[in-house]
Amino acid sequence: MGTLQNFSTRHPAWTLVVLVLVVGLAWLIIAPWSPSFEQAMGRKRIFLNAILSGITLGALYFLVASGFTLVFGLMRNVNLAHGSLYLLGGYIGYGVVEVTGYWLLAFPVVFILVGALGLLLQHQVFRRMEGEELRQTLVTIGISIVLADLMLWYWGGQSYQVRSPNWLSGPMTLPLISSIRADGVAVYLSYPQVRIAILIAAIVIGLAMWFVLNRSRLGMLIRAGVDDRDILAASGVRIQYVFLAVFGFGAGMAGIAGIIGGTFQSLSPGEDTRFLLASLVVVIVGGMGSIPGAALGAVIIGLAEQIGLVYAPTYSVVFTFLIMAAVLAFRPQGLLGGGR
Amino acid sequence: MAIVLPTVAPRRSLLALERIPPAIWVIGLLLLAMPAFASNFVLYQIFGWSFILGMIALSLMVLAGYGGMVSLIQMSVGALAGYVVAILGTSGVPQISLGWPWWLHIPLAILIATLFGTLVGALAVRTEGIYTIMITLAIASAFFYFTRQNYTIFNGYTGFNNVIPPAWFGIDWRQAVPFYYLTLGCATLSYLAVVWMARTPFGLALQGVRDNPRRMSALGFHITAHRILAYSFASVIAAVGGILLVWQNAQVVPGTAGIPQVVDILVIAVVGGLKRPIGPFIGALIFALLSVFSSDILHAFGMSGERFKLVVGLGFLAVVGFSPDGVLGLWDTYQAKRAANRDPLLGGGR
Repeated sequence: MGTLQNFSTRHPAWTLVVLVLVVGLAWLIIAPWSPSFEQAMGRKRIFLNAILSGITLGALYFLVASGFTLVFGLMRNVNLAHGSLYLLGGYIGYGVVEVTGYWLLAFPVVFILVGALGLLLQHQVFRRMEGEELRQTLVTIGISIVLADLMLWYWGGQSYQVRSPNWLSGPMTLPLISSIRADGVAVYLSYPQVRIAILIAAIVIGLAMWFVLNRSRLGMLIRAGVDDRDILAASGVRIQYVFLAVFGFGAGMAGIAGIIGGTFQSLSPGEDTRFLLASLVVVIVGGMGSIPGAALGAVIIGLAEQIGLVYAPTYSVVFTFLIMAAVLAFRPQGLLGGGR
Repeated sequence: MAIVLPTVAPRRSLLALERIPPAIWVIGLLLLAMPAFASNFVLYQIFGWSFILGMIALSLMVLAGYGGMVSLIQMSVGALAGYVVAILGTSGVPQISLGWPWWLHIPLAILIATLFGTLVGALAVRTEGIYTIMITLAIASAFFYFTRQNYTIFNGYTGFNNVIPPAWFGIDWRQAVPFYYLTLGCATLSYLAVVWMARTPFGLALQGVRDNPRRMSALGFHITAHRILAYSFASVIAAVGGILLVWQNAQVVPGTAGIPQVVDILVIAVVGGLKRPIGPFIGALIFALLSVFSSDILHAFGMSGERFKLVVGLGFLAVVGFSPDGVLGLWDTYQAKRAANRDPLLGGGR
């Protein structure tokens, strides 16, 4: 990760701009707002809520997009059925929670089931069209149409919400001042516990992925495959197994994200395309095939969406789109993408 | 020279007519005579819709087949043209519609939609191959969500209803027979335009860019300009198709270019075949027939009639899996087989 130091030495001016923005944001979050400032910007509680929901939404986007970007980086396969795997995972997780009552149990079950579906797809479908990227992508479109209709058939058109466990329901108080009352007592922000848990889980999963990718043998193989698939295969690695592992993992991650999305939002037909779009935009912004890029892109898109929703409700989608267009126009490979 | 020239010119034009294969004459006459024996429903719902979907898919075929760029924005370009017609022309939402005359709002609609398509193209050509699919899909979704949320221009969720074609020559163009001929005419014109474009120096250069961009660049061709111009050309066709689609339904809503509809256009073009301009129309006819008769077909197999998408998805998977060039590819394989089985000396026979 020496790229960060390179960036600061090569672009001192941009580093300064980014630093000023970060410090400004930190001040906005930590310092209590004066009444005149609140008059101009609105309540601080609203702002903090927008920031926090943006970051938690970003965490969810990261979970969905990380598998997508890994599969893309390694196999050059734009898996347009990724959203369907997300929705399928959510539905299965809902079923598991309803039957057993254990929220945590849904995660391994969904990871194994959806991951197995991913293995099946890779082994039976994509392996047969190796190197035909466009055809693979078209096949994923076909699969997403079929899966969407099968899910509509089985689960119907109503919306579901996965019940969160008791130990995660209710709000928790964060050490962030939301306002100061007239008598001088600081009021701290309270925020749903589930969302904080999701945020922490996403960070833990992200770090775990980073460690696996950068510190393990499998990760070494995957990184080598992203850089040059053919040389890796030529040096005797059974690349098909690496493909299987990555596709299964990516599918399983999408499934897990489905449970999380189903817990703090809801599951209904159409969510699959919504999260497919989110993953697309996140990896376009962050850089295709890069995990840190997916994290950065997810947080940017999540923040843009939520802040937009609070301060300019009509145009929140446009913000996302403008960010994507700007990245495409000035840095087509994505913010942290390799120069391919 | 002066004596030779007049004899050459008429012979060339005669040859051009003779070159058209008899199958085209038969199909053309059949299409022209269709209203004599087909019901209004078949004319309006199946053929009218097929021609429109075929035109929008044709614009994708131009980009994918000649340019090597699979764009998912074409449906949105068409829908935008429809929106502009509704906004500048007349509709059931008089607060927004400006009520400009048709000779102003229709060219403007095509122009604005073409500008939009060109702009998206300019963004999309910065990337290659499968990236193009991702980017155009993302922009198409953004267009859908934007039209759904914006109430001041696009009238949000409800969109515009009562958008009808102007009464040219005093004819109600939404009647089955006039609408059939209107769509047939537009579809034929755009088909001929694409056939013509493919033979112009620009079209040939575009196909060169598709096959080997590096070599074309070395030869001095501006690759990006060719690609963006291809987007403009395709957008004009998509815009005309979009206006016709809006007239057919008499309404334009965000769902006109929803994500399923955007994907449908790709399905149609791929199922028909991306190699030749007739492919999208074949695909559109299959799609329209399936969507109209799927409930009957499904009932015949003892399933509920709602599973249309399942049939389309499985059919699409089968086509992509077994015949990547679509239905046209099947036809080509059949022709090649027949040619291979023919006796090399005597011809004919099997």
